[in-house]
Amino acid sequence: MNLQEMIRPTVRNMPPSGIRKYFDLLNEMKDAISLGVGEPDFVTPWAIREAGIYSLERGHTHYSSNPGFIELRRQISRYVARKYNVEYDPKTEIIVTVGASEAIDIALRALAGPGDEVIIPEPSFVAYKGCTAFTGATPVIIELKEEDEFRLRPEQLEKALTERTKVVILPFPNNPTGAVMRADDQRKIVDVLKDRDVIIISDEIYAELTYSGKHVSFASYPEIRDKTILINGFSKAFAMTGWRIGYACGHPVLIEAMNKIHQYAIMCSPTTAQYAASEALSSCEDEVQAMVREYNRRRRVMVRGFREAGLSCFEPMGAFYVFPSIKSTGMTSDEFCEKLLMEEKVLTVPGTAFGACGEGYIRATYANSYENITEALRRIRRFVSRHRK
Amino acid sequence: MIIKTYKGVFIVSSKMEEILEILEKNARAGVEEIALMLDMSVEEVEAAIKKLEEDKVIVGYNTLINWDNSSKETVTALIELRVTPQRGQGFDKIAERIYRYPQVKACYLMSGSFDLTVIIEGKNMKEVALFVAEKLAPLEGVISTSTHFVLKKYKDDGVIFEENGKDDREALRL
Ligand SMILES: Cc1ncc(COP(=O)(O)O)c(C=O)c1O
Repeated sequence: MNLQEMIRPTVRNMPPSGIRKYFDLLNEMKDAISLGVGEPDFVTPWAIREAGIYSLERGHTHYSSNPGFIELRRQISRYVARKYNVEYDPKTEIIVTVGASEAIDIALRALAGPGDEVIIPEPSFVAYKGCTAFTGATPVIIELKEEDEFRLRPEQLEKALTERTKVVILPFPNNPTGAVMRADDQRKIVDVLKDRDVIIISDEIYAELTYSGKHVSFASYPEIRDKTILINGFSKAFAMTGWRIGYACGHPVLIEAMNKIHQYAIMCSPTTAQYAASEALSSCEDEVQAMVREYNRRRRVMVRGFREAGLSCFEPMGAFYVFPSIKSTGMTSDEFCEKLLMEEKVLTVPGTAFGACGEGYIRATYANSYENITEALRRIRRFVSRHRK
Repeated sequence: MIIKTYKGVFIVSSKMEEILEILEKNARAGVEEIALMLDMSVEEVEAAIKKLEEDKVIVGYNTLINWDNSSKETVTALIELRVTPQRGQGFDKIAERIYRYPQVKACYLMSGSFDLTVIIEGKNMKEVALFVAEKLAPLEGVISTSTHFVLKKYKDDGVIFEENGKDDREALRL
C-alpha cells in the first residue's frame, strides 16, 4: 500500500510551508536575533499563572462542559460587552475554544464545503486559507494594498462577492501587516454585507493591541451582528499563547453548529487554562495596558528604524508587527530574508508566507526586548546600505 | 488630559507618566531614545525630565546592585524602632536624626505595632549590630529596637534577582 495515496488529495497537495528552510538555517546558528516570532515576549502575568496552579492544587483536573465553564462564559460576555459594545448570551452565544485557531477551524467547518467560496483578504494569518482548503471550499483572495494601508476597501469586497460566497473573513487588526480598519471604511463594508446571505468571521484577536484609539468590533454593528462570528482569545492581549484558549461569540444557531464539531473533535478547552483565563478577565486590566504601552513604544522605534534604514514602512496601528517594503533593494522577500539571516543573523519572515501579494514585503515583530530590537535594526541598516541598488 | 508646562514647553501628563515608567525600569535611557519611544521631540523630553526633577518626582538615578554577586561583603538588616513622638514635631525630628546616617539605606514611618522601619547596610553583622547599639538605641526618644538580618534577597525594587530571562519562544511562527 502506498501511504501517500491514502492521504486525502487536499491534504497531500497542500504545499509545505515556505518557511521551513529558515528553521534549518536557524538550527545551525547561534545568537541570531529573531523578529520572526508571532507571540508576545512577555510571560503570562503572575496572577494568571497562579490561578492556573491553584486550580491544579485543588484538583480541578476534569472536563468542563463542552462550550466551557458557564462562569467563564459569563465573564467573557461582560468583557465583550464592556470593551466592544455588543451583548452575547453566555448560555447560547459563546463557546470557549482551544485558541482562536480552533474557533477559526470549527467556524469554517460548520459553514463552508465543496462549492462554497470563502473570501480571504491577504496578506493575512495562514490558517484562514489552510482551514478553508480542508473544508473543500474555494478560497477567494482579496489583495490588500500598501497604498490603502492594507485596509480592506468596500469596492474590493463588492467585486469579490459572488452567488457562491458563503463566508467573508475579516482579519483586523491584521497579522502580518498591523493594519487596522477605519470607521468610515468599516461602515461601508457593513453596508456591502448587511443584505447578503453570507456569514462574517471577524478575527479580532489583536483587538486590545491597537494604538490609534479604541478598537471597533465588526460585531458591534447591529445590522450584521447576527451573521457575524466574533473570534477573540487570550493569546495576544494576556500573553497566554501556550495555554491554548480563545472563544467565539455569535448567534445561537451558529454557535450551536460550531459546538457540534467542537464536542466531538475537542470535548472542551483545557480546564486549567479556563481557570487561568477567568483570572485574566477579572484582575489583569492594568497589566494588559502596561504591555500595550510598551508595545507602542517599541512600535515607534521599529517603524523609525526601518525608515532610517531606507525602507518604506507604513505605520501599523495594531498587533505587534511592522510590514516594511523591501522593493527598493531589488530582492524578492525570500531572498531578502534569507540573506539577512545569513549575513546579519536577523530573522524576519517573507511577506509571501502570508499570501502571494506579500511579495516585496517582510514581517518583523516588535514583541521583543528593546535591546534586541535596536541591535536588529542596527544590523538591518548595515545590510540595506550594503545591498542598495 | 492634564497639561504640565516647563518654561513654555507643554507636556501632557500621560506622557510624563510614561517617561517615569521608562526611567523607573532603566535610569540610563537617553532623551533621544525616550523621545523616539514616545513620539515626542528631544526638547519636550528634556523639559519634562527637568520638570520632574524640579518637582522632586524624580529624586535620583540609582543603580540596583545585587551585592551578593559582587566580591564586596555586605549584610542588610531591617530594624523595627519604637519611638516617642516629640511635641510639635511628631516623628519627623527623630526620623531625621536617624536617616542622616549614611549607613541607613531607607527609613519609613509605619502604622501598626512599631513606628519606624530602618534599613541598614554594613560590612558584616557585627558592624550593623554595633551601629544599632551605639547609634540608634541610645537616641533620646527611642524606646526599643528589634533587628532582623536579611538572609537572601529574592527581589528588590521590583527586580527579581534570579530571573533567568531566557527567551524560550519558537524563533519562527506565523
Ligand atoms: C490573526 C491571528 N488569529 C489567530 C491566531 C491564533 O491565536 P490562538 O493562539 O488564540 O490560537 C493568530 C496567532 O498568531 C493570529 O495571528
